[in-house]
Amino acid sequence: MTEAVFAPWDDPTEKPLIRFKSVTKRFGDFTAIDDLTLDIFEQEFFALLGPSGCGKTTLMRMLAGFESPTSGVIELAGEDIAPIPPNKRAVNMMFQSYALFPHLSVYENIAFGLRRAKMPKADLETRVAEMLKLTRLEKFARRKPHQISGGQRQRVALARSLAKAPKLLLLDEPLGALDAKLRQATQFELMDIQEKTGTTFVIVTHDQEEAMTVASRVAVMDEGRVMQVATPEHIYEAPSSLYVADFIGDVNIIDGQANAKGDGTFEISWHEGQAPLHATSKRAFTDGQSCHLALRPEKVSIHSEKPDQIDNAVPGKILDIAYLGNLSTYHVEIPGGKVMKAQVANTRRVSRRSFTWEDDVWLSWTNTAGVLLDQ
Amino acid sequence: MNRLSWFNVTSLTLGFAFLYLPMLILIVYSFNDSKLVTVWAGFSTKWYGELLQNEAFLDAAWVTLKVAVMSSTLATILGTMAAYVLVRGGRFMGRTLFSGMIYAPLVMPEVITGLSLLLLFIGIGLDRGVLTIVLAHTTFSMCFVSVVVSSRLLTFDRSLEEAALDLGCSAFEAFRLVTLPIIAPAVISGWLLAFTLSLDDLVIASFTAGPSATTLPIKIFSAVRLGVSPEINALSTIMIAIVAVGVITASLVTKRNLVRQQQEERAAAQAG
Repeated sequence: MTEAVFAPWDDPTEKPLIRFKSVTKRFGDFTAIDDLTLDIFEQEFFALLGPSGCGKTTLMRMLAGFESPTSGVIELAGEDIAPIPPNKRAVNMMFQSYALFPHLSVYENIAFGLRRAKMPKADLETRVAEMLKLTRLEKFARRKPHQISGGQRQRVALARSLAKAPKLLLLDEPLGALDAKLRQATQFELMDIQEKTGTTFVIVTHDQEEAMTVASRVAVMDEGRVMQVATPEHIYEAPSSLYVADFIGDVNIIDGQANAKGDGTFEISWHEGQAPLHATSKRAFTDGQSCHLALRPEKVSIHSEKPDQIDNAVPGKILDIAYLGNLSTYHVEIPGGKVMKAQVANTRRVSRRSFTWEDDVWLSWTNTAGVLLDQ
Repeated sequence: MNRLSWFNVTSLTLGFAFLYLPMLILIVYSFNDSKLVTVWAGFSTKWYGELLQNEAFLDAAWVTLKVAVMSSTLATILGTMAAYVLVRGGRFMGRTLFSGMIYAPLVMPEVITGLSLLLLFIGIGLDRGVLTIVLAHTTFSMCFVSVVVSSRLLTFDRSLEEAALDLGCSAFEAFRLVTLPIIAPAVISGWLLAFTLSLDDLVIASFTAGPSATTLPIKIFSAVRLGVSPEINALSTIMIAIVAVGVITASLVTKRNLVRQQQEERAAAQAG
């Protein structure tokens, strides 16, 4: 395995394209961004993910130049961008509402930025044609925005913001207005275009699936702070806090006290009269420290008999079964009244499934299945 | 399609009669052959011919038109600027005061506006004439323009301006290339409103007009005091015709555009 993996964030010699240094933004009494430090590298597809009001849009608008930080510095390619107005920045933005100019044709919308930059006519025509081809809009060049469909409008907005070949493209909930099927197709299209053009993309979204699909790295935000920045796999498999674990996907949390067993394994006492659980952790815990074991539902298996030769087994009773087609999620009540979710792939037909409501079952998982968190 | 009930028919007839009967009588009598306004003596267009010979009326009409064009253009520029600042300017010192004050002329009795302008013009020693009427009409019609334009700006998607800035426009370019073309219908209807207001204003014009310049409403009003002549009926009919043609054309054009846009949107949604 010598193939180069795209991971500039692990390379200490790599210079970030964007650098937030202790950036704070306040609107009156409200702190939208709270002492935030973040690096984004060239050619990244970076996702800012969080619930509404977490500050992700403010962060993006500061990059575009529509807001300026209350304190702290934002650098683009090593240069402080605070004094540069939005129309002079090598940054373009694709707006959530697309903000297409209704009085101009698709062609003129795409050419708009190039005309402002006084690009010579021949170059401009070539560039617009290139953009139309990239977004498969050649047939619609003469139409006005109200004469094309939502998906096509989305592509016009993308073409317009890419036309000036910005160093950085900002995408504000770019797929929010599309229906689920079209959104999925467009996600792959976006990734394709990002790869072809080599532009750095920063996308704002509240849809975790979208962030996980398109991004090289995801920043999970909450109340103006970045909770974790990592690759989608890392965020999912090794969340750094309960907030992140809970925000991304489904998760079971078991609270308990940790006791070190050596070799990075910890024993977790979680309920009176139940055998302690075991989990490996890179994070160190002092003996008796309270901890939370975060377990993804698909890592929990379900059995009718107590399994042997397994690291952790917990008895329980099935309360609910959610049939999702390809998967079924079992809601199982365990001692202490907590309900755990176990997800099983439906490789067999429904009629031949072995469990039903009110069945007494055993849940099991390995020591490495979960993540042990302290907060 | 439901048939109209007798109640609906009655109220429709009464309503239209109330609105249009006086005008209809005026139009009919403008084609009266008799010199007496209230006695019908057969059809004739002679009063229209005589109107064209009447220098005083023609002069007044010309002054009115000049004043209306100039004052409505000035009012549109100022009113649009004021609306833009009020809607887009965010919070600045005295914003509430300014926005309250710009609408004051809407409710101010015209007599007071006219009188205060007269005092001002005398105070600064400005001779009354076309210029003073233009200034006075600009003052009172500007607020109407700014009401029309600001209501359009309130529903204007701000991100369009941000997109223009983002793509390299200066603030003024963004206004000229994006905002103005999009709000143009509101600006035009503001202009038309100001134009009509100026065209039929009597009170303020009579305060600010001088011997050198008289507008048509003043002329008509003073002529009527000496007795209604069929000539005035003819003149009024011409004015009604001009206004009616303008209004009908405008509404037909608007309606056709709307229908076409809806058809195109439907077609796009189906194709997409």
